[in-house]
Amino acid sequence: MAIRAAIPAAAFDAAAARQDFPLLRAQPGLAYLDNAATTQKPEAVLDALRHFYTDECSNIHRSVHQLGERATARYEAARRGVQRFLNAGSEKEIIFVRGTTEAINLVAQTFSRSQLKPGDEVLITGLEHHSNIVPWQLACEASGAKLRVAAINERGEVPLEAFEQGLGPRTRIAAFAHISNALGTVNPVAEMIARAHARGVPVLVDGAQAAPHVAVDVQALDCDFYALSGHKMYGPTGIGVLYGKQEWLERLPPWQGGGDMISSVTFERTSYNELPYKFEAGTPNIAATIGLGAAVDYLEHLDRAALAAYEQDLLAHGTQLLEGMAGVRLIGTAAHKAGVLSFVVEGVHPHDVGTVLDSVGVAVRSGHHCAQPVMDRFEIPATTRASLGLYNTRQDLDRLAEGLKKVQEMFR
Amino acid sequence: MSQLDELYQELVIDHSKRPRNFGPLPEANRRAEGFNRLCGDRVTVLVELDGETVRQVKFQGSGCAISTASASLLTEAVRGKTLGEAEALFQRFHQMVTGAPGSSSEGMGKLAVFAGVSEYPARVKCASLAWHTLHQALSAAAVEAEPVSTE
Repeated sequence: MAIRAAIPAAAFDAAAARQDFPLLRAQPGLAYLDNAATTQKPEAVLDALRHFYTDECSNIHRSVHQLGERATARYEAARRGVQRFLNAGSEKEIIFVRGTTEAINLVAQTFSRSQLKPGDEVLITGLEHHSNIVPWQLACEASGAKLRVAAINERGEVPLEAFEQGLGPRTRIAAFAHISNALGTVNPVAEMIARAHARGVPVLVDGAQAAPHVAVDVQALDCDFYALSGHKMYGPTGIGVLYGKQEWLERLPPWQGGGDMISSVTFERTSYNELPYKFEAGTPNIAATIGLGAAVDYLEHLDRAALAAYEQDLLAHGTQLLEGMAGVRLIGTAAHKAGVLSFVVEGVHPHDVGTVLDSVGVAVRSGHHCAQPVMDRFEIPATTRASLGLYNTRQDLDRLAEGLKKVQEMFR
Repeated sequence: MSQLDELYQELVIDHSKRPRNFGPLPEANRRAEGFNRLCGDRVTVLVELDGETVRQVKFQGSGCAISTASASLLTEAVRGKTLGEAEALFQRFHQMVTGAPGSSSEGMGKLAVFAGVSEYPARVKCASLAWHTLHQALSAAAVEAEPVSTE
């Protein structure tokens, strides 16, 4: 489990960090700029996955044999790792789920069943990923509540006034992204949470895009729920986290029923297990959870302040390159951004841009980024999105710019 | 020719920038809408059918270079064809762009320009969207057809 990029003094050494990632080592010519979709995985994570299956494979929380005890210990160590990573007050507040989507569905559905009544309101913003829209639509449909949306401005920001205006006497929960996947906007989440709380409204933060880029402190933010995906922060797919304040997790009813989430079952009555197990029905994705624990360890071994500064420098470099190109227009020009350069090339459809860039070894995403309302706001069908990870370099962005010149030549 | 140049041949670029038969067709008595959920491409294919013969075809909508050029070349290829001929051409085109065993671009005329699409699985839907939509328009009764999706 070598971590070669450990603790550089001042500047972050992305080229060294790149060597921690087997796929990038094997493909030195690849400029992988699709990190908002998923990140590559460091050796430490891959080792942890393999180690579980070769040395510790067993179910958890139920076997008395040694393998079972070791697997359980690893699994629970990952929970403590995530607790530390998010600075949660208790490991009871860390629920393992499949990903951000499942985390939001868990909250939306249990809220719908226990908190929402006809005429109540749920507030989201115009910046959201479909996974922070549709679960609430379903919750509103089932409960008779109404979905309200705080509009974004022309830079792709949620103005605090617009958010505050959306908070009404019947608002029961507000849900918004920490960082926008489509535009890279960093929302003023602490201030938004404070304003919601001032009106007694609890808050869910979709942290899928934030966890890999910024240090998250759920106690400092004072959010009620925080959702994230392992695979966007250098961990495996199929694993994510729902942080919830203990008082909320105790108040909400169980979501899925099954093994592990009960303390006793008879045909007449079932009593539920304590937190966090109440929300973890069935055998979980044990290997991926342990892999996520390794990803958290990997990130914590890096100088995260230096990494954040480095990524901001990369973003500034990329912004400058794209702004300097005639016929290229950045979509999303918020004052505070992280990790994402979304843009359109005049006269060329994003899918054609993506195909040409791929031919020169630059991997980007083209499409609506599961955020169609954001695209509608800017009256475009899609964008091309370059999104950054810790192993990206200025050279990757230079190659993006060169590739875009090729695009423009081809479609001149 | 590189794979990329084969995909974006001069003819494709030309038809994507200056699509032929683009716009409304008041005489249309068959129409269908196609939508590619993956990328948001939309196309409406309008057909004036005279008995068994396709008298005119036009299209509207927006999409990438491949889907626009494909729709444009479609309108040229099927004009004057019988229903049976147009359907046969759809089948051959579909086989060609999906790289089906035994398929070939021989005798496909200008449509052969899309043979390179089979090397790009993610783009097959772009090339075939207008054709699926034409198929829908021609199979439907003389009323507005349901939108089709290439998903």
